[in-house]
Amino acid sequence: MKSSTLSFLLAGLLLTGGVHASAAEHVHASHAWIRVLPGDLPAGAYVTLQNDGDQAVALSGASSTVYADVMLHRSSTAGGMSRMTMVDALPVPAHGKVALAPAGYHLMLMKANAPVKPGDTVRLTLTFTDGSTLATDFTARPANAMDAGDEHAMPSMDHGAMPHASGH
Amino acid sequence: MKLCRAFLPALLLVVGLLLAGCQHDEPLPFRLTNISGHMPDLDFKLTDDHGKAVTGADYRGKVVLLYFGYTHCPDVCPLTLAQLHVVMQRLGPLADGARILFVSVDPARDTPAVMHAYVNAFDPRAVGLTGDARATEALSKRYRSAFTREPGSADGSYEVSHSSAIYVFDRDGKARVLATPSASRDDLVHDLHLLLDTGATP
Repeated sequence: MKSSTLSFLLAGLLLTGGVHASAAEHVHASHAWIRVLPGDLPAGAYVTLQNDGDQAVALSGASSTVYADVMLHRSSTAGGMSRMTMVDALPVPAHGKVALAPAGYHLMLMKANAPVKPGDTVRLTLTFTDGSTLATDFTARPANAMDAGDEHAMPSMDHGAMPHASGH
Repeated sequence: MKLCRAFLPALLLVVGLLLAGCQHDEPLPFRLTNISGHMPDLDFKLTDDHGKAVTGADYRGKVVLLYFGYTHCPDVCPLTLAQLHVVMQRLGPLADGARILFVSVDPARDTPAVMHAYVNAFDPRAVGLTGDARATEALSKRYRSAFTREPGSADGSYEVSHSSAIYVFDRDGKARVLATPSASRDDLVHDLHLLLDTGATP
């Protein structure tokens, strides 16, 4: 086990021992969507997390009754090569926010037990390093969608750029 | 020296005439990285997403956008193809003169049937190409692209890191521009207009 994971676990234990507040209580999820791909191909899930608390929290992953496997990943591009790496925990600063967005952090959803179609709503349970959870409804979007959809449109997100690695 | 001065205007005139004679070779004002003359022509032997054997010559007459990826890539590949779909939509009817060639670097899992469903989820002008490992590697090396297979997990799944560039070829199969992942869609639309407006085959 990595030391960073251990320290997160310790921080989580200290938090739960001291104060009653959990990470999930202070986090709001928005712009939650899934890019649905044909067949049984793995899909990417995206969400914006806003932390209203005074303490930094960290997302460690998610689970779902629809997908057998959910992994927290990060895409990056370096030297003209794209690659994905597994992420143990994604920090969300106190009174700050983090976007899981295309070409950066995302949840990789694998092995759906039933076909997911664009328009469907899929509930994912986000898990934080202190063990708290946040049930969040994700909108399934077509393969060629650019974002969460009109009702969640974020004009400031689109600068007309091709995918690039997130700065986080 | 006097002789030189007398000859200079004449020399300039001759150079000017020569340049005028080469007008048709004037470089197009691309906004993306111009790779004209620096990359080999479009050439490959692969299988399309209908299971048909195809070569680079089958796409002469079309402006080609070549992109390497694989279907089990949930984030960057779909994002790039979705972006290319937006670019094609912005080209309107002109887009019929262009093809997106999505070449799988994961031929072990990407069959023509899988590729067919995949590319059509993005754009009707996208073609999925597969081949054996050697044919894919040959094409990838030809464009100094590269891909590597990351160590797999216990259940046999694995990730493939791959070149993120989009190579654009004109209707004659000549490599013209390279779009990096951070290139803007406006620039891609601009350069595709230049290529689609010229050399149109009736």
